[in-house]
Amino acid sequence: MKDCIKADGLTVRFSDVLVLDHLSFEVPEGMIFGLLGPSGAGKTTLIKVLTGQLCQNEGEAQLFGKDTRRLTAAEHRSIGAMMDNYGLYERLSVYENLSFYADIYGVSHRVIPDILKSIGLYDARRTAVSKLSKGMTNRLSLARALMNNARLLFLDEPTSGLDPATTREIHDVLLDQRKKGTTIFLTTHNMFEAESICDHVILLHKGSIIEQGKPSDICRRYDHQNKLHITLTDGTELTLDNNGASAPAVNEYLEQNRIRSIHSSEPTLETVFIELTGTGLMADADLRFAPPRRENAPK
Amino acid sequence: MKNTITIFKKQIKDTLRNKTVLIQFLMFPVMTLIMNNTVKIPDMPENFFVNLFAAMYIGMAPLTSIAAVISEEKEKNTLRVLIMSNVRPCEYLLGIGSYVWLACMTGSLVICISGHYDRKTGLLFMGIMAVGILISLLIGAVIGIGSRTQMMATSITVPVMMIFSFLPMLSLFNGTVAKIARFVYSEQISRMLGSIDSLEFTAERAGIIGVNICIAVLAFMAAFRKCNLA
Repeated sequence: MKDCIKADGLTVRFSDVLVLDHLSFEVPEGMIFGLLGPSGAGKTTLIKVLTGQLCQNEGEAQLFGKDTRRLTAAEHRSIGAMMDNYGLYERLSVYENLSFYADIYGVSHRVIPDILKSIGLYDARRTAVSKLSKGMTNRLSLARALMNNARLLFLDEPTSGLDPATTREIHDVLLDQRKKGTTIFLTTHNMFEAESICDHVILLHKGSIIEQGKPSDICRRYDHQNKLHITLTDGTELTLDNNGASAPAVNEYLEQNRIRSIHSSEPTLETVFIELTGTGLMADADLRFAPPRRENAPK
Repeated sequence: MKNTITIFKKQIKDTLRNKTVLIQFLMFPVMTLIMNNTVKIPDMPENFFVNLFAAMYIGMAPLTSIAAVISEEKEKNTLRVLIMSNVRPCEYLLGIGSYVWLACMTGSLVICISGHYDRKTGLLFMGIMAVGILISLLIGAVIGIGSRTQMMATSITVPVMMIFSFLPMLSLFNGTVAKIARFVYSEQISRMLGSIDSLEFTAERAGIIGVNICIAVLAFMAAFRKCNLA
């Protein structure tokens, strides 16, 4: 699989502040790649460098094998971006915004209705952007990013502040894009999002990579407790070691038909992050999607 | 060129729904139409309101509207998205600038019609307005490029606009102000419009306007290089 993005020793400083500290990573094509970190970790700065909006002080950043500081018009056209601030024209309608960008991208206006339908905004196509809800504005921003059939999508916190239903809709769109072969680079401080849709994540803290890999692999790597949580039919909650020594007890409860639920317990990305840094991922983010500790599906 | 035209068309739609900018384009032409046709004072110079409002229009409308448009695009990140969409800064500035220039020229046409000039004088009037609007556009663009937010742009635009638009009027009443104001393009344009029937292009007049254009172009280039829109 070819690398879509490659960073090698990427360093950015704002005056004396080190914002990105020698980041090195590769993003293969067709992957949903998550950059996980709290606000101020350097996520948006990294996107700005990768999209050529900002120049690094040291190191190399490449998109499709080309230096991000020297991207051609064709390479720019194969990138879609949804940034933290929407960048939409508030006085124009949903349709007018997309038709404007269609002209900029050189895309036929005929694709607009299909995009609006796929993102659930067709009925609101004549509504001014200023009158849309936050979720609808997010979807419109995503629609604009999808418009030019980009090979690579940069999404800066695409579901921040959205309700679970809208978040799910956006996740479905992203998973659909991955099926089509689009590479997606998204930043988030929502560990649930990272675990549920990302193929590979980087945990970023104060501009440095502190951990990376498949979300499930990272969680397994930091599973020091290795426990089983059992809830019995009478409401009693038990915690047992997740090994052979607990087998007789578990068997006995099963034979007596006394088990209401049984879960393995392993850390979430959130708890891994806290273990590595001593601070939370969602310090100033929405906590709605963050259960304190993930419990796997009942066995 | 395609991007410039697209931005131009977008700006027409946007302005029609942006009362703040729309009013800048309409206020002085409408006021000229009304005042020139309704107010008749004995011994008042011919086309007094046309000349007065035309000079004020030059100092106000292009300057405030282009600064507002650029700073709003910067503040709301639409400009960043455009640049990321491979729109070159010069294409953007050309699209916005040509739009504001044409909108102001349309307003100038209304003022010109209010003056009931003959064809030759009317063309001369429009030519003078075109130069004045261009200088104001460059100054407004400098403010817009240099400002991060609309609020910041407004706080700079208002005093600058007051100087350029009110100097011609103040110099009518105060000789000292007139001596200083003669070095400012809006005053020179006001004087040219005031004597449009017997207009003479003196070396001094051409020199002052030329220096004003050079200063505006240099300021624009410096702002563009330093801030580069992004």
